[in-house]
Amino acid sequence: MQYRRSRSDHSFNDPSSEAGKEAILARSSEPALGASSAPGTTTLLTAADVTRVVDRMAHQLIERAESTREGDQTGGLADLVLIGIPTRGAPLARRLAARIEAFSGTPVDVGTVDITLYRDDLRRRGVRALEPTTLPEAGIDDSVVVLVDDVLFSGRSVRAALDALRDVGRPRAVRLAVLVDRGHRELPIRADYVGKNVPTSRSQSVKVHLTEVDGADEVLLADHGAGQGDRA
Amino acid sequence: MNLLIKGARPYGEDAADILVRDGRIAAVGEDLTATGAEVVQAAGLVALPGLVDLHTHLREPGREDAETVETGSRAAALGGYTAVHAMANTDPVADTAGVVEQVWRLGQEAGLVDVVPVGAVTVGLAGERLAELGAMADSAARVRVFSDDGHCVADPALMRRALEYVKALGGVVAQHAEEPRLTAGAQMHEGDRSARLGLTGWPAAAEEAIIARDVLLAGHVGARLHVCHVSTAGSVELLRWAKSRGVQVTAEVTPHHLLLTDACAEGYDPVFKVNPPLRTDADVEALRAGLADGTIDAVATDHAPHAVEDKETEWASARPGMLGLEQALSVVVATMVETGRLDWRGVADRMSVRPAAIGRLDGHGRPLAPGEPANLLLLDPAARSVVDPAALASRSRNSPYAGRELPGRVVATFLRGAATVLDGKATK
Amino acid sequence: MKRHLLEAADLDRADATLVLDTAAQIDQALAGREVKKLPTLRGRTVVNLFYEDSTRTRISFELAAKRLSADVINFSAKGSSVSKGESLKDTALTLEAMGSDAIVVRHSASGAPHRLANWVRGSVVNAGDGTHEHPTQALLDAYTIRRRLGRLEGVRVAVVGDVLHSRVARSNVRLLHTLGAEVTLVAPPTLLPVGVGSWPAEVSYDLDAVLPKADVVMMLRVQAERMNASFFPSAREYSRRYGLDGRRMGVLGDDAIVMHPGPMNRGMEIAAEVADSPRSTIVEQVGNGVSVRMAVLYLLLGGAPS
Repeated sequence: MQYRRSRSDHSFNDPSSEAGKEAILARSSEPALGASSAPGTTTLLTAADVTRVVDRMAHQLIERAESTREGDQTGGLADLVLIGIPTRGAPLARRLAARIEAFSGTPVDVGTVDITLYRDDLRRRGVRALEPTTLPEAGIDDSVVVLVDDVLFSGRSVRAALDALRDVGRPRAVRLAVLVDRGHRELPIRADYVGKNVPTSRSQSVKVHLTEVDGADEVLLADHGAGQGDRA
Repeated sequence: MNLLIKGARPYGEDAADILVRDGRIAAVGEDLTATGAEVVQAAGLVALPGLVDLHTHLREPGREDAETVETGSRAAALGGYTAVHAMANTDPVADTAGVVEQVWRLGQEAGLVDVVPVGAVTVGLAGERLAELGAMADSAARVRVFSDDGHCVADPALMRRALEYVKALGGVVAQHAEEPRLTAGAQMHEGDRSARLGLTGWPAAAEEAIIARDVLLAGHVGARLHVCHVSTAGSVELLRWAKSRGVQVTAEVTPHHLLLTDACAEGYDPVFKVNPPLRTDADVEALRAGLADGTIDAVATDHAPHAVEDKETEWASARPGMLGLEQALSVVVATMVETGRLDWRGVADRMSVRPAAIGRLDGHGRPLAPGEPANLLLLDPAARSVVDPAALASRSRNSPYAGRELPGRVVATFLRGAATVLDGKATK
Repeated sequence: MKRHLLEAADLDRADATLVLDTAAQIDQALAGREVKKLPTLRGRTVVNLFYEDSTRTRISFELAAKRLSADVINFSAKGSSVSKGESLKDTALTLEAMGSDAIVVRHSASGAPHRLANWVRGSVVNAGDGTHEHPTQALLDAYTIRRRLGRLEGVRVAVVGDVLHSRVARSNVRLLHTLGAEVTLVAPPTLLPVGVGSWPAEVSYDLDAVLPKADVVMMLRVQAERMNASFFPSAREYSRRYGLDGRRMGVLGDDAIVMHPGPMNRGMEIAAEVADSPRSTIVEQVGNGVSVRMAVLYLLLGGAPS
C-alpha cells in the first residue's frame, strides 16, 4: 500500500522530496548508533555536537529577535513562535524553545504544522500518513514565525510549510531555522538560522537522528549507490 | 448417402465401426466396409446418441438480437444436440398453434436440429386461463410439452386443470417451480451471501413449496408432471419421495446448477444471475447425487441468451439466464463423468434417452443400434479447452463458463445421418 | 489502501485506522481556521454520480472534495441522460472520458459501484448502494464513536432497526468488527436477513435486554411502508418494541451515546427527547462525515496513479 511504503520508498538522492530525513523514520526502532558504523557513513554531528549547535541557534534567535511593540520587555521574544515541520522539526522546535527560555527566561510559543496536504509531489510519491498540526492558542497573527526543520535540501518542504502557514494566519514575518543545510536548492529559499552547512553530493543522504524520535542524537552523512531507499 | 464412422467407441465401450445408410444406422461392428460411403475417422472418440434438450430459449420470435432459431440451432448442434425444445416465452408468446408452427418451421429451415416447440400453459404466460393446448398439440409442431417457464403456474386450481387436461394430449406440464409471493424482487439464493451482498433472497422453500404442491396434485389426478431446473437439495428429496409414492413426476437439472454456486455472485457480475439462482455447495452435491441415482431424470440446459445490454448492467436490472447449449455436455463430463458418478451410458440416458421420452419425441433418444435413426454425436473426451464466449455460435455472449477450462469436445454431430457438425465446426 | 472503496471489507484494520487518524489530523489542522481549504487535490476531478436522491450525502462528499481543492461535478440521474435510458456503463465511460479521477456513486442497486469499478480507471467510492453497503457512513460512525468514547476496541454497539434493508448496518457490522468493537443487532426477526448468523455480530430481538450493556446505540431508519409488507404489524407496535424513547434512554450507561445516520423518523424509531439529548451525536456525525470523506478522498486520490 502506498502510504506504508511512502516513507522509505523515495530516493535519497532526489532532493524534491526532502528525502533522506524521512527515510530514517522507517527504521526508527533500530538502534540509531548502529547506522554510524555502516560502511560509507560518516558522522557529521555527534550527540554533543547537536546539543552545542542547538544552543548556538537558540542564542542566535535571542540575539536577532527585535521588539516592535512598545513596552515589550522580552527583546522581541514575546512575538516569536517556533513552528516545527514534522517529523523532526517538531522536537527540534521544542528544544530550541526550551533553550531560549533557559537562556533568556522568556517562554516562547511552539507549534507544528503538517505539510503533507500541501505537498506538490503527491502524485509522484503517493499518500502519506498525516502528522499533527498544533498552533499556539493565540494563533500566529502578527507574530514572528520561525519555521524549524532538520534538513534543508530542495526547499520544497519549506515552500509547502509557507503555504500551510498562509492558511492558518498572517504572521508579521516568517524565518527559517534548520539544523543542517545540505545545499541543492530547487526554489529561491534560504535559511536564516543554520546549525551546520554541509556540502553534499546528490547521491548522498543526510540522516538526522533525534532522541525524541530515534532514541539518540546524531547527524550522519551516508553514501548511496542503488542501495536502500532507492526503490521508488 | 452413406456414412461410415470408423473406430468410434459407442457409449465409451469397445471400438466399433458404425455404418449409416439413408439416415438410419445400418450396422454396428468391427471392420465394416461400404463402397462409396463417406468415411469419418473416429478413433478414440466416444459415440453417443444425439442429445435432446428439454429446455432451450431460442428467443425467436421477438428477441432476434439475442438469438434466432438458426443461431440457437447451430449452438445446439455444436453441443451435440439433435433435438431441442424451444420454450414458449417468446414475443409473441407461443400460446397458439400459429406461433408454435412458426417456430417449428424456422427449425426445419435451419435444419441443424429438430426444434420442438413448447406450448404455453396459460394465455400470454399470464397464469390466468389455459391456452389452447389441444390446438398446439394437433398442429404441425405436435406440441407435447407445455410450460409457462419464466413464470410459475402459481394458481393451484389452474395447475390442477392443466395437469388433467394434457393427459388427453399425451402431454406433460413442465413447471417452473417458484412461488411468486416468496420471490418478489428476488435476486439470488437466500442465504449467507445474499445477506452480506444486500441482494434480495430467493429462498429454496419457494421452489420446494411448489414442487411439493404439484407432486401432490399430479398424484391426485394421475397426470404427468415435469419439474424444470431443479436447484435445491430439498427439491431432490421431495422428488425422491414423490417417485417412491408412484407419482408420475420427472425432473431436470441444468449444467450450471451442477457446477456453479452462489459464490459466483460475489463480484455482482450479472452473467451469473439466473432463475432459479445458483445455490450452495450442498445443493450442488445433492443435485449431482440426484442425477446419478435417477431421481433427476434429465440434464436440460435452460439455454438463455441475452443481449449485451441486458447483462452489462447493474445486477438488479440484468435479465436472468445464461448460455448452456455449447458447454452442457462438457459440464456433465466434468461434474458427473470425471467424478465417477455417471458412465457414458448414464450420460446418454440423462441427456438423450429420458428427455426424449419425457417430450414424447419419436426418433430421438434411441440406442446406437441397427435400424435406429442415425442421430448421434462423437465426443473427444480427452480434449480440454478454455471457454471463449467470443467463439460461441450463439448470438449472445452470456456464458458463465467464460475463461473456465472444461473437458470434452464435440467433434461431430449427425442428424438423421447428415453431419451438422464435423471437425468441431457446424456444416452450415 | 485499495484503489476503490466499495465496501467496508475493503479496509483492513490498518487501513481503517489510517482513515480515522487522517480524518482526526485534518480536523485538527482545520480547527478554528478561517480558510477551510487545503490545496491537496488541486487539479483532480471528483464526480458525484447520484442515482438516488440523497442531499446530505452528496453535500458531504461535495464539501469534502472542495475543501481538498478538487473540482467537483454533480451528476444526478434525474433530468440527465440517465433518465433518457443511458446505461450505467455508458455514463461511466462518458465521465471517464471527461477526465474524472474519482466517481462517488450512490445507486439503488446493490453492487452498482462494483460494476462501475470494472469499467473505469479512476477510483470508485461507494456512497450507498441499494441494501448493500455505505462504507463512508460506517467510517464516520466509527470516527464519532472514537471521538466520544476515546476507543473502539471492546466498545459494545447495539445496531437497532431495519437491518434487512440497511446498508448502514452492513457496513457498520463489518467495519466495527474490523476495528475491534462488539456489535449486537437488535430487530424484529422479520427485519433481519436470513444468513445474519454468519455475520460477526450478536443478534437479539429484545431491545430492553441489550440497552443496559450498550456503550453505543445506533438507531436505523425504519420506513413506515415496511409495515405494508407485513414486516411488522403497525408503526405503533414497532415503536413500542424497538423505538428509543426517554424511558429506554434512562437505562443506558452514563457515557453511552445515541447515534442515527439520518434522516430520522422522530416518533418512530427515535423519540424527539432522545434525538435532542446530549447523548445524541446526530449533528456531530454530519460534521464528522466531511472530515472522514476528506480523509478517504485524500487516501484514494492523493497517491501516485499506479
